[in-house]
Amino acid sequence: MASQMGPSPVVAELDPQVDKQERDATLWGDVWKKLRRDKRFLIAATLILIFLLMGAVPQLFTHADPRQCDILKFAQRPSRHLWFGRDILGCDYYARVIYGARTSLIVGLVTSASTITIALIFGSIAGYFGGVPDAIIMRIADVWFSIPTILGAILLLTLIHGSGPLIVAFVLILFGWPDITRLVRASVVSGKERGYVRASRALGASNRYILAKHVLPNGIAPLFIYGAYGVGAAIGGEAGLTFLGVGLRLPTISWGLQIAVAQDRFFEFPHLLFFPSLFLSVLIGAFILLGETLRDALDPRVFGSA
Amino acid sequence: MTRSYLLRRLLIAVPVLLGTTLLIFSLVFALPGDPIRRLAGNHRISESTYREISHRYHLDEPFAVQYLEYIKGIAHGDLGEDFHGQEVSDIIKQRFPVTLRLTVGAFAIEILLGLLAAFVAALRKGTFLDSFILVSTLALITIPVFVLGFLAQLMFGVKLHWLPIAGIREGWLSYLLPALVLGVGSAASIGRFARSNLLENLSSEHINAATARGLPRHRVLGFHVLRNALVPIVTLLGLDFAFLMGGAPITEQIFNLPGLGQQLILGVQNENGPVVVGLVTLAALIFIFMNLLVDLLCAYLDPRIRYG
Repeated sequence: MASQMGPSPVVAELDPQVDKQERDATLWGDVWKKLRRDKRFLIAATLILIFLLMGAVPQLFTHADPRQCDILKFAQRPSRHLWFGRDILGCDYYARVIYGARTSLIVGLVTSASTITIALIFGSIAGYFGGVPDAIIMRIADVWFSIPTILGAILLLTLIHGSGPLIVAFVLILFGWPDITRLVRASVVSGKERGYVRASRALGASNRYILAKHVLPNGIAPLFIYGAYGVGAAIGGEAGLTFLGVGLRLPTISWGLQIAVAQDRFFEFPHLLFFPSLFLSVLIGAFILLGETLRDALDPRVFGSA
Repeated sequence: MTRSYLLRRLLIAVPVLLGTTLLIFSLVFALPGDPIRRLAGNHRISESTYREISHRYHLDEPFAVQYLEYIKGIAHGDLGEDFHGQEVSDIIKQRFPVTLRLTVGAFAIEILLGLLAAFVAALRKGTFLDSFILVSTLALITIPVFVLGFLAQLMFGVKLHWLPIAGIREGWLSYLLPALVLGVGSAASIGRFARSNLLENLSSEHINAATARGLPRHRVLGFHVLRNALVPIVTLLGLDFAFLMGGAPITEQIFNLPGLGQQLILGVQNENGPVVVGLVTLAALIFIFMNLLVDLLCAYLDPRIRYG
């Protein structure tokens, strides 16, 4: 708003510092300022960028072909030449682990982004209009919510006999959307009765305008937090499902599969379990850390003290 | 607790119960594939056998009738037969105690460790202990439950020989490690959540007032801080129960506990549909019941909820 009206010449003359601060004081400007100073955010962001790069262009990290295997070199232990050793089919384990990043990231990002989008649409309709649409959407959400995500995913994946990152993501979305839809609805409900919304309505603003300009912008910030947590949860969920034998299957390269294969031989060849677990934990941790730093940066109670 | 609130809450649970069973049932119904052909495997079966089996399992009836039969069965505690002719409810009866001990143990660990960590961290905010708890809980949340399981087996079982790492032959000792593995991740998230919650309450005005009135510290903490902080914590504990139930199959698989989760995985591997459907239905029913319990507990803790 301030930038539209231009800097007030009076204030600028009195104290140029005040004017500059006022222009910077948008929500995201504030958040960015806080994030930049937060070491945890820098760590999380760096890790996520590295993993994104690994998922997009694994060739940057390894020249080896993860599907080129030599069965005679079965489960070779890590050495100076092969840091991660070889897996039970004699494939270069470092290359296998690097190529696994893409699968996890696809499942995590697709699941989280779709869940948030669905929750945003249904949650804002239910919260803003109330009445019948609210009742219909939220009762359906209640029903889906009653089936624990992992168990529902096990059921559905058993029945559809499908496999692949997108199918796993689809199933996780199907059982995961009610949680966030409830949160969006709650924030829309509390947002729509605020003074500025009533004022806007009194001025003749349309529902769509009010929703898009006033209600959602305030409810959207927390969604980034859930989004970040959601990526971590979905990656962990996929690994768990795959570990149980209902998620991804060969020839997909995935950390969950590597861990599942390694579990039977884990006392003899601990390296087979160690490396994919390490990458998996670090990636999930990076997204959880991102969510936490976003939460701290967005928390209005912290605004006052900063 | 007001009786009308209890009644209202119970009435809401009924349609959810019906809706959830309908959902699970239609998921199974809507999916392609012929259960009788699957039952027969590679063998050819005669037309008359086919008709006889589909009549016995009500497969020749319309969807609504099938659903009613299924609901009637559930109401009688009958979840049908699996593909080997064994009653699903018998399987559940046999294996339920194992899963119950595991989840109750994990839940207890979650509550005790989580709240203990939260209290210590909140009361010693900014000290080394606080940072240590914050970092270690983050690490525990991050590590997936199966990785944690293998690490625990390797450390406490193989290297230190402290605890049994598989099976249930050593009584409650056998459950200690699995329950710890299943519960510690949730304990960590509860701990972090409760810590910020306690901190918020500690700095609120009614606590200053209570302290100023000269109430002893333990009374301030126990009644004024904890009771207010407990509502969101109990809510999260209830939600987290779904996470425990999802983690139980993985934990039972790793520690070779003959519980429902292991049966679920067996059912998946043998494509034994009725077992999988029955167990997921059971889990959903338990979860609905848990949510009901959480709502009632919250209403008890905070009167504003039951009159609101």
